[in-house]
Amino acid sequence: MFSNMNLIFRAILADKMALFGLVVIVLFAVVALFAPQIAPYDPDEIITDAETDVALKYEPPSTRFLFGTNNLARDIFSQVVYGSRVALLVGFLSALSVALIGANVGLIAGYFGGRVDDFLMRLVDISYSIPFEPFAILLVGLLGPSVFNLVLVMTLIMWRSPARVIRALVLSLSQRPFVKAARVAGASDARILYQHIAPNIFPVILMYVPITIGWAIIAEASISFLGFGPPQAMSWGIILQTAFASGAMRQAWWWMMAPGLSIVLVVISSYFITRALEPIANPNLVE
Amino acid sequence: MVNIRGYLFRRIFQTIITIWVIATMVFVLFRLLPGDPTTMVVDPTFPAETRAALLQSFGLDRPIGEQYLHYIGNLLRGDFGISFFSREPVLEHLGSRVGNTIVLALASFLFAYPIGIVCGAFLATRRGRLSESVGLSFTLFFRSAPQFWTGMLAVTIFSFYLGWFPHSGMRSVGYIAANDFEKYFNIDFLHHLILPVVVSGLYTMTLPLLLLRNTVLETLNEDYIEMARAKGLPERQVIYRHAVRNSILPVVTAAAVNIGMALGGMTVIEVVFSWPGLGREIVQAVTRQDFPVAQGAFLLLAVMVLLMNLLADLAYAYLDPRISYH
Repeated sequence: MFSNMNLIFRAILADKMALFGLVVIVLFAVVALFAPQIAPYDPDEIITDAETDVALKYEPPSTRFLFGTNNLARDIFSQVVYGSRVALLVGFLSALSVALIGANVGLIAGYFGGRVDDFLMRLVDISYSIPFEPFAILLVGLLGPSVFNLVLVMTLIMWRSPARVIRALVLSLSQRPFVKAARVAGASDARILYQHIAPNIFPVILMYVPITIGWAIIAEASISFLGFGPPQAMSWGIILQTAFASGAMRQAWWWMMAPGLSIVLVVISSYFITRALEPIANPNLVE
Repeated sequence: MVNIRGYLFRRIFQTIITIWVIATMVFVLFRLLPGDPTTMVVDPTFPAETRAALLQSFGLDRPIGEQYLHYIGNLLRGDFGISFFSREPVLEHLGSRVGNTIVLALASFLFAYPIGIVCGAFLATRRGRLSESVGLSFTLFFRSAPQFWTGMLAVTIFSFYLGWFPHSGMRSVGYIAANDFEKYFNIDFLHHLILPVVVSGLYTMTLPLLLLRNTVLETLNEDYIEMARAKGLPERQVIYRHAVRNSILPVVTAAAVNIGMALGGMTVIEVVFSWPGLGREIVQAVTRQDFPVAQGAFLLLAVMVLLMNLLADLAYAYLDPRISYH
């Protein structure tokens, strides 16, 4: 597993775009961690002119307000800084839980085969036919909006892709001599699965982490935009929803620029990292 | 061709089972509601006798197993309940939305795929040139940008600043279609359709584009391409006649899955452009706590996606006799 990690870091360092992606994501993670120190204002603070006490609504971007202010005279830069917290939190938690559940389903289906495999793969088929956004709205709308429920709904939909791919890999790995040797030596199923097979598919599991982060960040923004984001939290999707709902796009174009571009930047970065990991996950692709 | 009928029946059977599982899932989901499950069929403002009648018609006074049978029975009869908001039967309320979503998704798909295929083939011929980097950057941008955000930008630029297209809705205020044909085939409707179709299409086209480009680049390593070049064919002909033609199959496969996805993925586009479709209806229904409508719209959408996937699979099996029907 450690030699794998080494391989993965070297692959990212060797690919310029992937390195760029990693730097961007680390940078956003730092911004999220130190949001209170970085943001010049409270994201909900109504900023008034020091002399006249007039609220500074719709201020265009300037050195004082990097990304301008909105209809309630709130600083958009500070909102975007705080918004990175929800985006990254939902992104990382979803990726972790998708990788964990997808990998385990794939391992179990591929290793045990038969009825277990049939049942789990039918579940995969079914989850492929559920439209994501309508399902998310229904579930979050019924269970109540929260970070936990957002991660839950993303996991319920997204576990399918790693599960299917890992199952196929495990299916062929189970036939390899080292697995048979372990079985003959008296190793238990659990030991064979997690000690012998799992390390071999680790790079594939890891490849699903950046993809899922990117996907989950877009999904969180979309659900928040539709009005089902976590309450009392600032998120990029919620900033965009407020901009849209207030109809202020006409006079304040800057309001929607920074949150949208932040999403694009993080998602593109996750894509670049995934691309660099692909050759490790599927060595056959490289000629 | 031996087994195509068996394949057909198996796929139809699978689709029916999936619909049943999803319907059951929705049933469980609504029973998970914190508190009284009757709140999902009975509006608190209904008078007492309506309330009793409704509870009885939904079988909510009986044990959960019986309630489930009742629920499935109602669905089979096409009875999705009464909307809390408009007070009309859910199916009647949703009827027109179904067509609106299908028109939007199909138009977006028909716009995106040809353009994606042409651009993908073109980019494959531009290895290492400036046009390749520019093209790929645009593709990645639209693949990574949330569709609702691209939609907001498009509305700001093309509706508010330039005034070229209407910013919302499906037809101008006061327009009443003379008949069903005119509902969708008139200039005013097309004018409203362009912006949402282009915005969702910009996202949809990135898939065939990247897929075709990658396959063509792989195909270019094949021996018959070298042969074509050795014959002295012009590069353009080598690419379009030989490489692209042999690379199109994965794109067709992806297209089949993508039609279903496009149908289920119109929600944010419908909300941004106030397009009266099923996805927007779900958002509004859940916000208003109009649970029968939310449940009905979700089930209809899921069934549409499944039927689309089924049709795509069958068409694919028909078109490509090489696939095995196991």
